[in-house]
Amino acid sequence: MKAAPVSNDIILRTGASIMVPVILLWGFYVLVHGAIGPGGGFQAGVILAAGFILYTTAFGLKEAKKILSVKLLMVIASTGLFIYTGVGVLAIIFGGNFLEYGVIPIGETPAEASKYGIEMVEIGIGLTVMAIMLSIFYDIVLKEKGG
Amino acid sequence: MITDHLPILLIIIGFFGAFFTPIIGMIRKKLCSPWATFITMLQFLISLLLLYNVLAAGNLSYWLGGWQPPWGIEYAVDILNAFVLVIVAGVCFLVSIYSRKSLGLEVPGKEIPLYTLYIVLSTGMLGIVITGDVFNLYVFLEISSLAAYALIALGGRQSAMASFNYMIMGTISASFILLGIGYLYVMTGTLNMADLSILLPGIYGRPVLLVAIALIVVGLSIKTALYPLHTWLPDAYTHAPSAISALLAGTFTKVGIYALIRVMFTVISPSYVIETVPVMSMLTWLAAIGILAGSILAIAQYDIKRMLAYSSVSQIGYIILGVGLANNIAMTGGILHILSHSLMKTGLFMVSGAIIYRTGIKNIYQLKGMGKKMPYTMGAFVVGALSMIGIPPTVGFASKFYLAWGALEAGKWVFVIVILLSSLLTAVYFWRIFENVYFGVHETEEIKKDEAPLSMLIPIVIFAALVFLAGIFASIPIEVIKIWVIGVLP
Repeated sequence: MKAAPVSNDIILRTGASIMVPVILLWGFYVLVHGAIGPGGGFQAGVILAAGFILYTTAFGLKEAKKILSVKLLMVIASTGLFIYTGVGVLAIIFGGNFLEYGVIPIGETPAEASKYGIEMVEIGIGLTVMAIMLSIFYDIVLKEKGG
Repeated sequence: MITDHLPILLIIIGFFGAFFTPIIGMIRKKLCSPWATFITMLQFLISLLLLYNVLAAGNLSYWLGGWQPPWGIEYAVDILNAFVLVIVAGVCFLVSIYSRKSLGLEVPGKEIPLYTLYIVLSTGMLGIVITGDVFNLYVFLEISSLAAYALIALGGRQSAMASFNYMIMGTISASFILLGIGYLYVMTGTLNMADLSILLPGIYGRPVLLVAIALIVVGLSIKTALYPLHTWLPDAYTHAPSAISALLAGTFTKVGIYALIRVMFTVISPSYVIETVPVMSMLTWLAAIGILAGSILAIAQYDIKRMLAYSSVSQIGYIILGVGLANNIAMTGGILHILSHSLMKTGLFMVSGAIIYRTGIKNIYQLKGMGKKMPYTMGAFVVGALSMIGIPPTVGFASKFYLAWGALEAGKWVFVIVILLSSLLTAVYFWRIFENVYFGVHETEEIKKDEAPLSMLIPIVIFAALVFLAGIFASIPIEVIKIWVIGVLP
């Protein structure tokens, strides 16, 4: 089978360059609305990863890795989880139990603090899901190329 | 106070350590293994503190997110939890010291995924033990199982197949457990263990509870490798990297047994599983068959790790036998055997790993002269083997004694005979190794001493020493276990 990672298809490339920013923007929208509306970290992470996957299929693995290298993805994945537990530990520091967002002094009421706390956790999840999805995709592409 | 947060810190530190490993590995790959040792050491210290706190101040309960238990997730620590936590965390800690050299040779250049998974596995197991929520238990079971599949698969060509088989079996077991938990949830509307134990007596007559119990028991029996469902275990332990075999043999099946005890005796009441539905007596018979079958199959093996794996099947039978006899003496023996099997089997797998590290030999009949070549390592092997046979003053004797006594107390002579017969069979399969190791060569033959490296030898010797110490001072763990057992089975 001939591996053709870099597409010369002008329609795909033009389409991707228009769509990728929109997909990423939508991903961030879903991410920050996770606490109060439909959406959340997992969904947003997958959408963000899908944007990058479209970019990779259009412009090739080499170009994609210039933006998000495998090492950077590892760091992003770890950071996401770090944010999650960080928020939990922050609640412990402010005298609550693990992940008891209400005690963190942001916002005016405990409910508002909960909202921000959940939002931070969602961002953490989103980053990790995106990074893991992309690194799985990179691995599959490398396998196909026999690398 | 920070001590109030110990139950959650145990888990947070683990996950923090796990996802920090890739970053540490990016700086220097060599740092991954000391990092894993550091994290597991912290977990071990926390579990010791937990045991101390539980003994001093009674049961602990931690509400995640500050939500009250029937609604939120609760981490509940009583004496049984704390006891198993100390065993699991201790084994994880000592094996991580040992693993640096051993895994460095057997799985070279893969430190980052290896130690990430290692910490995930240890944290997952601790999570199973510490949680007071049945669904949380399932989640941690999956976390640790997935880590275990991947770790086993790192062992090389054959291990991929072993891991795949284990994954199929493990997934079936996980879906059984999940279905069982689902039934419990549908019937009662709660997932909290303490709440379930209050609500379940109201529906004891309903057949759907029987289905739930059957699903959970079968699922956990696969995880613990109870005899007819043990088929994944020998391959997995044989082909996994040696340090991983040691870790899994010492902890993973025990955690499954812990979950079985917890679900049967805390969530569902003892009187129901003993008298109304004879779950326990079925388990004892399976365990008895497993004890003998495991020993006989172990005699037939040439590969030292495979032999130890079959012997694990037999030893797991002992623990389940103690649990299944369900009087307080046998139960004490069963739970004590969790400790003794962890100590001796981890030690024995470590020795087999040290032999592989130095010589690459796996076949029992090629071990000739090993007694002179690696005297301390083989000395530790003898200690572990004596404990497996059940010779005083090792810890294996103490737990077997309690099991036999418990069987007498229950008036079931058959099981006393099974225990004695299996001890003889155990002596047979270990004697083959002693014979080759110590008597296989002529006195005149020159054998150069080539002991295992210190970072492997020290954990091995610690385990051998613990086998003796826990045997001589067996009354201490027994007293601790008894407090819990008497509370459950008066």
